[in-house]
Amino acid sequence: MDITRSTAADLAASIAAGEVSSVEVTRAHLDRIGAVDDKVHAFLSVDEDGALAQAAAVDARIAAGEQVGPLAGVPLALKDVLTQRGVPTTAGSRILEGWRPPYDATVTRRLLEAGVVILGKTNMDEFAMGSSTENSAYGPTYNPWDLSRVPGGSGGGSAAALAAFEAPLAIGTDTGGSIRQPAAFTGTVGVKPTYGGVSRYGQIALASSLDQPGPCARTVLDTALLHEVIGGHDPKDQTSLAAPVPAVVEAARHGDVKGLRIGVVRELGGEGYAPEAEANFHATVERLASLGAEVVEVSCPNFEYALAAYYLILPSEASSNLARFDAMRYGLRVGDDGTRSTEQVMALSREAGFGAEVKRRIIIGTYALSAGYRDAYYGSAQKVRTLVQQDFTAAFAKADVLVSPTTPTAAFGIGERLDDPMAMYLNDLCTIPTNLAGNSAASFPSGLTSDGLPLGFHVMAPHLADDRLYLVGAALERSLQDSWGGPLLDRVADLTAPATTATEVAR
Amino acid sequence: MSDPLLSYEDALAAYEPVLGLEVHVELNTESKMFCGCSAEFGAAPNTHTCPVCLGLPGSMPAINGKAVESAIRMGLALNCSIAEWCRMSRKNYFYPDMPKDYQTSQYDEPIAYDGYLDIELSDGEVFRVEIERAHMEEDAGKLTHMGGATGRLHGADYSLIDYNRAGVPLIEIVTKPILGAGERAPEIARTYVEAIRDLMRALGVSDVRMNEGSLRCDANVSLKPWGRERLGTRTETKNINSFRSIESAVRYEIQRQAAVLSGGGTIQQCTRNWLEHIGETSFGRSKEEAEDYRYFPEPDLVPIAPSREWVEELRATLPENPGLRRNRLQEVWSFSDAEMRDVVNADALDLVEATVAAGCAAPAARKWWTAELSRRANEAGIGLDEVGVTPVQVAAVQALVEAGTINDKLARQVFDGVIAGEGEPAEVVTRRGLAVVSDDGALGDAVQKAIAANPDVADKIRAGRVQAAGALIGAVMKEMRGQADAGRVREIILEQLS
Repeated sequence: MDITRSTAADLAASIAAGEVSSVEVTRAHLDRIGAVDDKVHAFLSVDEDGALAQAAAVDARIAAGEQVGPLAGVPLALKDVLTQRGVPTTAGSRILEGWRPPYDATVTRRLLEAGVVILGKTNMDEFAMGSSTENSAYGPTYNPWDLSRVPGGSGGGSAAALAAFEAPLAIGTDTGGSIRQPAAFTGTVGVKPTYGGVSRYGQIALASSLDQPGPCARTVLDTALLHEVIGGHDPKDQTSLAAPVPAVVEAARHGDVKGLRIGVVRELGGEGYAPEAEANFHATVERLASLGAEVVEVSCPNFEYALAAYYLILPSEASSNLARFDAMRYGLRVGDDGTRSTEQVMALSREAGFGAEVKRRIIIGTYALSAGYRDAYYGSAQKVRTLVQQDFTAAFAKADVLVSPTTPTAAFGIGERLDDPMAMYLNDLCTIPTNLAGNSAASFPSGLTSDGLPLGFHVMAPHLADDRLYLVGAALERSLQDSWGGPLLDRVADLTAPATTATEVAR
Repeated sequence: MSDPLLSYEDALAAYEPVLGLEVHVELNTESKMFCGCSAEFGAAPNTHTCPVCLGLPGSMPAINGKAVESAIRMGLALNCSIAEWCRMSRKNYFYPDMPKDYQTSQYDEPIAYDGYLDIELSDGEVFRVEIERAHMEEDAGKLTHMGGATGRLHGADYSLIDYNRAGVPLIEIVTKPILGAGERAPEIARTYVEAIRDLMRALGVSDVRMNEGSLRCDANVSLKPWGRERLGTRTETKNINSFRSIESAVRYEIQRQAAVLSGGGTIQQCTRNWLEHIGETSFGRSKEEAEDYRYFPEPDLVPIAPSREWVEELRATLPENPGLRRNRLQEVWSFSDAEMRDVVNADALDLVEATVAAGCAAPAARKWWTAELSRRANEAGIGLDEVGVTPVQVAAVQALVEAGTINDKLARQVFDGVIAGEGEPAEVVTRRGLAVVSDDGALGDAVQKAIAANPDVADKIRAGRVQAAGALIGAVMKEMRGQADAGRVREIILEQLS
């Protein structure tokens, strides 16, 4: 068996059965990272010693006859926005370079307790602000399908690690599409759980009311297994829901959409959407209909204002969340030469430590919350948020899930949209409404463009009905693989082959 | 560079003072507002900290239910309405004592609002102070500025931060503008804060010690010409650290502002700092320098929605109103107004009550706590309840006095022993050999010695001038180093000289 091409479910079964050790599996993935990551740059740091020690501990438990969890011994790539005790955690920012948190995020703790092996921390747009991973202070990540293109963002590192077979599992965080859009761009699966479904404790906050960690993998079942490991109530995050994790694994195994009402959102298509993306979307809807789903059209008129509201709420919360990076307690400190005041050192450190996009959003957010403007900007945005929630409620009365393309286009070229923030923001048109409303959503691979780039199919479900996402995803995955004769990712570029066009991309 | 002042009488003749008081009460919950760290005062710096109260990246607050409960009980005791639904908000500003560079507080949705507190003034009149709101917030860390001339952040060589206090729960109680105080404004300000202290102590929600910062007061003062409706521009005096200073600071601001206004000037809205050592306020920050705090609802916490059932349960736990309780105890103990005031001023009400409960007569309990033990507490600069003697021990000492085992003078030595850790009062008496001598043999010898040494006095007594016996008693007591039963000595002297 080719270890790095295996699913997490298969690996876990083999490890539990003693057919292969977790150390061997971990070693194979570390070797793969060593072989391809200088091309992909999915990882900001690789914790080889830590990963092998975790793997050996799982092997020892299995050797001792202990019962282990369904993902024990399987390696994972952790987005660098979640803390892991003693392991560098930067959130893609210069201002946190070298910081080693003294505590584990709840997601991290649950992974380690489940015997999941954490290989390292993945690249991301600085503080998760971006849709291309080009805003990382440590250089971009390259899309394994075409190294001249972006893998999406902010979780481009996690998605690229999956598509490059560097890890079978990854964790992302989704504030406006940071799990789903990279999943679409890399032909992988990404789920944004219901807000509060997975604890945010230990996730370096971007916008607290929108942020949500979630599972990423190459298959629907692997994603569900990971979802179950990290989900559930956490007393350390009071916004986490006191409800059991929806039956996601069961849904992923079931994968039947007969009689399921699928609502096509009229507003998420048309102008601005690439014809190929639209064609693929409609073909996918047709496919689901042929599997027995009932297709209805729904209208969500206020989605039109979602992007504008999002770009006020997010910067407002971010401007406050990022205030703590003031050089007083940890992280970068600049200008502390004994002649400058505390405020000057704070200002110089933030000037040097934050990138342009972070500064842009801090400035916007500070403005939107300031006296005299708060009601007009932050206040109005909150009203739009309520309207978007009402749109969802009305739509979910007619449909069990809503669907749209995940993104208006397939992956774009590196550098292509860097100078045009609006073009960059438009990437998240379809994914943002879900974050404003707090319900669950996912992106599943649905095909390739004529250029051979993956496209994603976006499914949205009501609060705590995350299992419906997996029902649709699994049905689609089975049907598409029958058509394609195997997983979509079998067609991804061979990164170890010599001299492809990909290597021409300057690093 | 002191500011010119108008005399208090002239100031009051021309202007009506208006007060607004903001009192911060630090709750005595075991843990902090948003994490499990101990909220105890006085630990080694930065030992009561964790990722949450240090504001480390990724950490999140989890609200302390006990703090919410205390806030609701305080609100109820202040006759406030309790919000059915409210949120915490973020108050954003950069300062090194704020680990997150925002304070989690409440803005436009306080947990308690629209209440009042009736306070009793020295002349017995009851004055009603209207309460605007009481809201929950977290304390900041404590900065100590080293070097530099001003003791402030600017100009210091370096500053030390102790985050033990960061995240300790606070309740801020804000009054509505207090009108109608007139010349009694300083007294009302002080009495109000004292009444808050008594109420919090009765509720058991705070240690309310101004010297430790668990009770803090900012005093807003403005003046307006008598008869005018519109309020004048106010100043907010900070750093007030004792009850006496509240009175002084308000009085000072009235006189200072009156001097400015009567000279044709205008008051600038600003903060003032109370300078205890010179008894003056100095300019702090102007309104223009005031920060825009960019409040917004705290997205890391869920709204607080106390059920009406819970609120009513908490209402049932409210203690007796301290004012009513004082009146009741005064009657039970048959104290005069002056005696009762002594007890209250000495902070001895609870202690006297406990001492009486331990079997001591009320007057004796009052005497020990307000005189002997208060003196010791004052000399040591500590609270009366920290003096090292318990109410039960005071009752035991008084019982020894009433049994004739010791006298008042020896009782003081017994307190010395108890405080020094030598044991319970009876043990101290034994160990120190303090019991009064009433053995006639030993006393008789001492009396004979005193008569021999003072023949003229003895003659006077023999001649019938019994009151001269005092001198001989004094000599005997001196001989016996105070450990004699003075009554028995007198009897023996009269027997021997009859």
